[in-house]
Amino acid sequence: MTTSSTPSRTSSAQGPAQARSPKSRFRWRVIDIVTAAVLGVATGLIFIVWNSVGYAWFTVMDAFTPGVGGIAVGIWLLGGVLGGLIIRKPGAALFVEVLAASVSMLLGSQWSIETVYSGIAQGLGAELIFLLFFYKRFGLGVAMLAGAGAAVAAWTLELFLSANIEKGPEFLTIYLVSIVLSGAVLAGVVGWLLTRALAATGALNRFAAGRSSKRIG
Amino acid sequence: MSGGIAPAGAQSARSVAVDSDGVPLEVLPVGGRFLDRVNPVTPFLAAVLYSIPLLTTLDIVSALAALVLAMVAFWVAGVRPVEILRSSWILLIAAPVSATSMLLYAKPGGESYGQFLYANITDNSIQLAIAVGVRVLAIGVPTLVALSRIDPTRLADGLAQVAHLPARFVVSALAGIRLFAVFRDDWTAMSQARRARGLGDSGAVRRLMTMAFALLALAIRRAGTLATVMEARGFGAEDVARTWARPSRLGWRDLVLVLAAVGIAGVAVAAAVALSSYRLVGSA
Amino acid sequence: MAADPRARGDRCTEPLRRGQKLEANRLALVGARVEARGWGWRHADRAKLAVAGLDLTIEPGEAVLLLGPSGAGKSTLLAALAGVLGDHEDDGQELGSLLVDGRHPSDARGTVGLVLQDPQANTVLARIGDDVAFGCENLGVPRAETWARVREALDAVGLRMPLDRSTAQLSGGERQRLAIAGVLAMRPDLILLDEPTANLDPAGVDEVREAVVRAAQASGATLIVIEHRVDVWRSSVDRVVVLGGEQHLLADGTPDLVLEQHRESLLAAGVWIGGHEPQVPRAVLAPGEDLLIADGLGFGRADHALHTQFSATLHAGESTVVLGPNGAGKTTLALTLAGLLTPVEGEVRATQALRDAGDDARVRRGGWGLGRFRAAPPAGPHPSAWRSRQLLTRIGTVFQQPEHQFVAGTVRRELEVGPDAAGRGKRETSERVDELLTALRLSHLAEAHPFTLSGGEQRRLSVATVLATAPRVLIFDEPTFGQDRRTWTELVAIMARLVAEGHALVSVTHDEQLVRVLGDQCIRIGAHDRKDAKVPA
Ligand SMILES: Nc1ncnc2c1ncn2[C@@H]1O[C@H](COP(=O)(O)OP(=O)(O)OP(=O)(O)O)[C@@H](O)[C@H]1O
Ligand SMILES: Nc1ncnc2c1ncn2[C@@H]1O[C@H](COP(=O)(O)OP(=O)(O)OP(=O)(O)O)[C@@H](O)[C@H]1O
Ligand SMILES: [Mg+2]
Ligand SMILES: [Mg+2]
Repeated sequence: MTTSSTPSRTSSAQGPAQARSPKSRFRWRVIDIVTAAVLGVATGLIFIVWNSVGYAWFTVMDAFTPGVGGIAVGIWLLGGVLGGLIIRKPGAALFVEVLAASVSMLLGSQWSIETVYSGIAQGLGAELIFLLFFYKRFGLGVAMLAGAGAAVAAWTLELFLSANIEKGPEFLTIYLVSIVLSGAVLAGVVGWLLTRALAATGALNRFAAGRSSKRIG
Repeated sequence: MSGGIAPAGAQSARSVAVDSDGVPLEVLPVGGRFLDRVNPVTPFLAAVLYSIPLLTTLDIVSALAALVLAMVAFWVAGVRPVEILRSSWILLIAAPVSATSMLLYAKPGGESYGQFLYANITDNSIQLAIAVGVRVLAIGVPTLVALSRIDPTRLADGLAQVAHLPARFVVSALAGIRLFAVFRDDWTAMSQARRARGLGDSGAVRRLMTMAFALLALAIRRAGTLATVMEARGFGAEDVARTWARPSRLGWRDLVLVLAAVGIAGVAVAAAVALSSYRLVGSA
Repeated sequence: MAADPRARGDRCTEPLRRGQKLEANRLALVGARVEARGWGWRHADRAKLAVAGLDLTIEPGEAVLLLGPSGAGKSTLLAALAGVLGDHEDDGQELGSLLVDGRHPSDARGTVGLVLQDPQANTVLARIGDDVAFGCENLGVPRAETWARVREALDAVGLRMPLDRSTAQLSGGERQRLAIAGVLAMRPDLILLDEPTANLDPAGVDEVREAVVRAAQASGATLIVIEHRVDVWRSSVDRVVVLGGEQHLLADGTPDLVLEQHRESLLAAGVWIGGHEPQVPRAVLAPGEDLLIADGLGFGRADHALHTQFSATLHAGESTVVLGPNGAGKTTLALTLAGLLTPVEGEVRATQALRDAGDDARVRRGGWGLGRFRAAPPAGPHPSAWRSRQLLTRIGTVFQQPEHQFVAGTVRRELEVGPDAAGRGKRETSERVDELLTALRLSHLAEAHPFTLSGGEQRRLSVATVLATAPRVLIFDEPTFGQDRRTWTELVAIMARLVAEGHALVSVTHDEQLVRVLGDQCIRIGAHDRKDAKVPA
């Protein structure tokens, strides 16, 4: 903050608006950080529920089908999509997903430290998609792509974490298809719908994601 | 002190024991266990340093060696078997699941014992399945035990002061985690409100979904006011060097923990190499 | 702690600021100067400005009481002064200029301490000590000094609990004290308090006011307090500023001057002035039939009883007030009477009259299954075992925290929820809703989201949700806090009318005026002993 800008502000007393230095679209306001943090914690809660419900499906499918278990994975990718869609800042997808994974780990997820590795990879996967669109587009298509991006990243990481690389091409292909579908739908579409529903409640009215044209009162 | 706000005459009504830095002992960690006294950042570092070497290989020797050594280390550190079981029982399910998947779908190699659709049980897949199952335990059990019972406040102190992660993000995450308790109360109050307002009788599933969504919306609103309050207390100013009320330091215990983690993983991998059972993931 | 030369006096944070010149006046004991020129603010989703065309100068060290009707924009102004309205186009629109010590408030952050209107919102961290220390940490106060300030601040507001006590389960009043302590510990140049005593018991009001005034005088800080009740602050402030309903300054001057010269217009604008207690006519009736009986009741959270052997009877046409210090368990009692918490021991019993009061015939069972077509079983004697819709038509509850009450997306919808669930007709519902919106002055906000209302508006809406179905027993937890004189009078008149119509009304309150008008029966809850509530000596 330069002190020299102060006089100009004082003199603009009756002007329509004060000349505040324009802030970058990419600057994280405190409300962005705190909301991202709360989203991360809330998504972490969802993960914890899913760590039992979704994991049951995943277990059964993973053990007895070649890779169809991937269908359950999407929910674990929700953090990145929600973070990106709501906060719309570089790094939001990554931060929310990693925080959600960490919360889930600290409250006892079966994957322990690997939860955080997954969170980082999945967050990066979604982040990359938002970056590709220069953090300018946040429609349904981008949301689905972000979910799919997170899924591809998860798939890649699991090549090593779960040693999936030792598995046959049929398994890997089916797993890739099911995880990408799941990411696009359970993370992408669900994340987009949630964002829209949240915007409709007015909870996002201090975010670009929730700005409505409607004026009340 | 001039400008104090204590009532005139009645100086501090509380006489609290403080340490040499003036920090009240009340807010400092207590707990006699070795793992309670390390900096909470250390178990993370240890878990990373421990897990990565083990993740490079798929063999039973390294996994078994690491598991056994880690158990010995916990025994030395005074962690009781019950505690180990309590924090890691879930792995007793996860391990066989991973093993089964590998057993059925690993790339075939050697003699085949049965085939069904894409599933093929071969010498290779049996070997890999056992290795994967044990590896899940070897990586999971020690890290779960080390990372359980971490206090979020101390963790945040460590992440900011020791790991030097950006303070704004760390503190916000901590404030977000406090909302956990608030969410629980909100949930209770919301169920009470719904009951009082005649919405409590609808189907359980639908009520659960609408309440979960309402909680998410409320959480985001809470985030908005929380951000306001935090800013009102000077949070987020970029031109002030933030201080930390609670110290977060490293001590000899932290060094011991890291050395133990690296040592165990190192010995385990070395043993595998020596017995030429080391098998780089993806090398087959 | 005095060893650190930077920790000197009240403004030890300054030297830690990088790249900032030390101005002469910032070292003296001088508070912040506030200057507004044609200032206005429009919230992100609102058409109307919350504040417009404000011209106001407040000199360093002044203590100002900010008055004005509910919805006048008082909270908005305070948030702006604290620099927390946001400075981004997504946050809202700013007009004119508002300066704190010559700087835009968002650059002066940290020298300004704000306590928000909603006590729950003011808590940041999980433990009491950490929460109070939070502001000091952000200002770069050295560690030892921080803890010294934390203890002083907690003592000053009379919150005597261990520093590592969780902030999760404080009563409304305890929380408000904590919030004020958090701001005092920052030793700000400008202290902004938004209805700081609204949830406090009378002893707490004096204690907290004294603490605030002492802190402001000691540090020379400028003080701005919002409070509807003039008498509480009258002798402690230098100046009274009244924001008018129609966007202008209604009055400005010393308390005596303003209260003398503008008495009539202030009363019309809803300001509380001593000696002009609002009169609400009450029809004098003998108490009617018994409705709800507490018998040997033990109430508390979970299985831990705060109080035992509590007995009382609620009669039709009688108004009961529940009084007691902060944290005594009034809210807990109210929720137990309302059938929302299960008694720890003893019972809350509904008489036959109350059990017959609801119109269960029109109540459908919920859910999707076939079961929903069956009639609900008749209401039993214990409200805590009733179905939700049986409760709805018999006992209504207003929660202490308005946000817990809200279940819908707009003010109008919020009011329709109850009548809809009770199976009232469309016409009947919409007439009743319109009537309530007008009576409680919420019509212009019918489409707004409940959470975006001002504090007083939220309170009125939460009360209105219960009035919409008007059950036989009404349980209100602090129904009048944060109300200006005018809306207070209207609200209490509605409450009095309900009593006259034969409803049983219970109000948990610290409001002496409410007790005066509606205190037919007084229940006093004493402080309970709680082992960990005292600091070990
Ligand atoms: N976050 C928000 N978003 C949209 N509108 C808001 C918001 N906060 C306040 N308003 C509106 O701005 C107007 C002024 O509100 P404000 O809270 O400043 O009133 P107030 O004078 O403090 O009233 P009270 O005495 O009831 O607390 C009200 O009409 C309110 O509905
Ligand atoms: N959700 C909760 N769970 C457990 N204990 C609680 C909870 N809410 C409050 N308490 C504790 O129970 C006691 C009584 O709280 P209650 O809210 O009933 O007080 P109150 O008389 O309504 O006070 P106030 O006037 O400040 O609102 C307090 O000591 C409080 O700390
Ligand atoms: Mg207000
Ligand atoms: Mg209460």
